Amino acid sequence: MNIQVDNPVLEVHDLTVSYDKKPVLWDVDFTIPYGNLVGIIGPNGAGKSTLIKAIMGLVPKGSGYIKLYDDSLDSVRHKVSYVPQRESVDWDFPASVLDVVLMGRYGKKGLLKRVSKKDKEIAYESLKRVNMLDFASRQISQLSGGQQQRTFLARALAQEADLYLMDEPFAGVDAATERSIVDLLLEMRKEGKTIVVVHHDLQSAIDYFDWTLLLNTRLVASGPTEKVFTTELLQETYGGKLTLLSKIGDLMKEKQFPAREK
Amino acid sequence: MWLFEQIVEFFSFQDVNIRYVALGTLLLGASSAVVGCFTFLRKKALVGDTIAHSILPGICLSFIIFKTKDPLMLLLGAMLSGWLSVYVVDYISANSKIKPDTAIGLTLSVFFGVGILLLTHIQHSGNSAQAGLDKFLFGKAASLVQNDVITFGIVSVILIGTIILFFKQFSLISFDVHFAKTIGLSVRTFEVILSTITVLAVAIGIQTVGVVLMAAMLITPAAAARFWTDKLKVMVIIAAIIGGVSGIFGAFISYTAPSMPTGPWIVAVLSFIAIGSMLVAPKNGAISKSRKQKKNQRKILEDNIIKLLYKLGEKENEFFKNRSIRTLKNYREYPEKKLLKGLNILKKKNQVVLVNDLWVLTEEGKKAGMRVVRIHRLWELYLTTYLRIAPDHVHEDAETIEHIITPEMESKLEHLLDYPEKDPHSANIPYKNEKDINE
Ligand SMILES: Nc1ncnc2c1ncn2[C@@H]1O[C@H](COP(=O)(O)OP(=O)(O)OP(=O)(O)O)[C@@H](O)[C@H]1O
Ligand SMILES: [Mg+2]
Repeated sequence: MNIQVDNPVLEVHDLTVSYDKKPVLWDVDFTIPYGNLVGIIGPNGAGKSTLIKAIMGLVPKGSGYIKLYDDSLDSVRHKVSYVPQRESVDWDFPASVLDVVLMGRYGKKGLLKRVSKKDKEIAYESLKRVNMLDFASRQISQLSGGQQQRTFLARALAQEADLYLMDEPFAGVDAATERSIVDLLLEMRKEGKTIVVVHHDLQSAIDYFDWTLLLNTRLVASGPTEKVFTTELLQETYGGKLTLLSKIGDLMKEKQFPAREK
Repeated sequence: MWLFEQIVEFFSFQDVNIRYVALGTLLLGASSAVVGCFTFLRKKALVGDTIAHSILPGICLSFIIFKTKDPLMLLLGAMLSGWLSVYVVDYISANSKIKPDTAIGLTLSVFFGVGILLLTHIQHSGNSAQAGLDKFLFGKAASLVQNDVITFGIVSVILIGTIILFFKQFSLISFDVHFAKTIGLSVRTFEVILSTITVLAVAIGIQTVGVVLMAAMLITPAAAARFWTDKLKVMVIIAAIIGGVSGIFGAFISYTAPSMPTGPWIVAVLSFIAIGSMLVAPKNGAISKSRKQKKNQRKILEDNIIKLLYKLGEKENEFFKNRSIRTLKNYREYPEKKLLKGLNILKKKNQVVLVNDLWVLTEEGKKAGMRVVRIHRLWELYLTTYLRIAPDHVHEDAETIEHIITPEMESKLEHLLDYPEKDPHSANIPYKNEKDINE
């Protein structure tokens, strides 16, 4: 199943990406509609991180093209924000939470201008939205995993983008933090932003996402979550992991899926 | 007296030579420290070493080709081969299965080997101008002249100026390269700039301290500065000061003992400062950590002894009875020495007194003991009521908590539990006086 939309916010066309000549994404082709909360789901090593890195131009494309807002990345950079996996940086770096969040302002105004009062206001506002205001001056090496994640989210908010690509923002955070991040994402969607999230947990995926991509080296499905979450498609994505699938089957029954309103 | 005169003579900077040496080592120490901060933060310490060793063949080659010791020409050769080595390391790690540290080792030894080969060739070629070229191997800080200092000055301005100008860019690529790329920063450009100024710093520094010690000049001040601060800007400034001060002191030491070469002394002073920082720096330092631990240990010991005396009093319904060390040892498995140490601290605090080799609680001591016991029992009760932990599991936890609860937390606990009378094991929870309960 691959539902294509007109006038998409993001279009990935026949994308192939390889590391050392070994393709980890094969002919991936999909479109994503505006204003949705989108999940990218697939097993470990499926190429989820690689996909959003390719979209952000962080790994070279083998073939295919990517369009954001019907344009190239370079011309719409200021409208796009990337939230890396938090393990991707060394949190022992000498910086405070506020310093990191202010980095989110660098893109908008260029690196040559000084940080203005307005930038600081935006940074504080972003920290407030992720509930980290009290930690503004905290040294980043003294943050818990969940606080690191929220610091990255605040930095992304400070970018004031329209499209957000997040790599596993829920990894290693507790249930309460996950809930508050989800609330934030829903709020952002209400403001008309599009948020693409790499996610691991199938159970919560059903609840969170309007649109879902199932990925395992190739694209298995792309479409509204309730249409994509079928036993066959999940089986195709996760191949063989029946315990998980039967669990999901039970869950879908329990939730009377797809009787869910948007 | 001799030392004092030396100090005055050196630090008055009357002598021109002293002035040049001091200024030269100061500039060099400070500017390579500033550049080194980013080498350190990007975890590229070994790259500094590679550059230092790889510069030698460049110097030799440019001497062979241009037949001159003109420092500018030598610097050019040094820059080129230093740069090439950085590129080779990057290329090998990016395009083969060889790991970066192996690529570094490989590049370093090949370049340095070629350098030594060329140097030997030059020394045997009978070219009279070659004399002094081997200074690059070990440095020649003690013989800096005016021209050197001018060159150092210019290079320092370039190095520090570049860092100030691109401070944001450099810190961004040091912290999060991916993010830097996604906001459209030309990461490659700034990596090249950073490598170039690192090569420049090394190429200049090497003339003072030599090949082997140059990496230390780059990295050690940054590593030492990191102990003192969590702010990048402050770290860079502290590193510059440490680098500069080490430069001057190294020069001073080798001035008082002329047989000692300057380079190694600069690095010795640097290492001394780094180790000192590790031991005494306020937050991260090993000494302050162990001091805190000692303090905690002492508090725990005190609390436990006063609690023991109180509990004995409670049991025998006689708080102010004389008790021998042996009695106390029966109840608490402390070595006698430790017990005595704790009792002596309590004595100083006027919580116990010593009468004919026997220990007695004072009124103060009774209060202190009561407080520890109260907190212990309140905490047990809190755990069982609020966290639903079984009563036989709470003792261990309370044993630790009783030492860290502050008076504010204590009164919160009391309020929350509404001044209970019994703990989960039905022991009495003691209060200072009736008023406390009725409050
Ligand atoms: N830098 C790299 N060099 C070589 N191979 C890589 C590199 N990064 C990823 N791979 C390989 O590419 C494949 C896809 O990796 P990717 O990180 O995109 O998966 P993922 O879906 O994000 O997995 P996870 O759920 O574990 O995060 C994996 O097989 C991985 O081993
Ligand atoms: Mg991943």
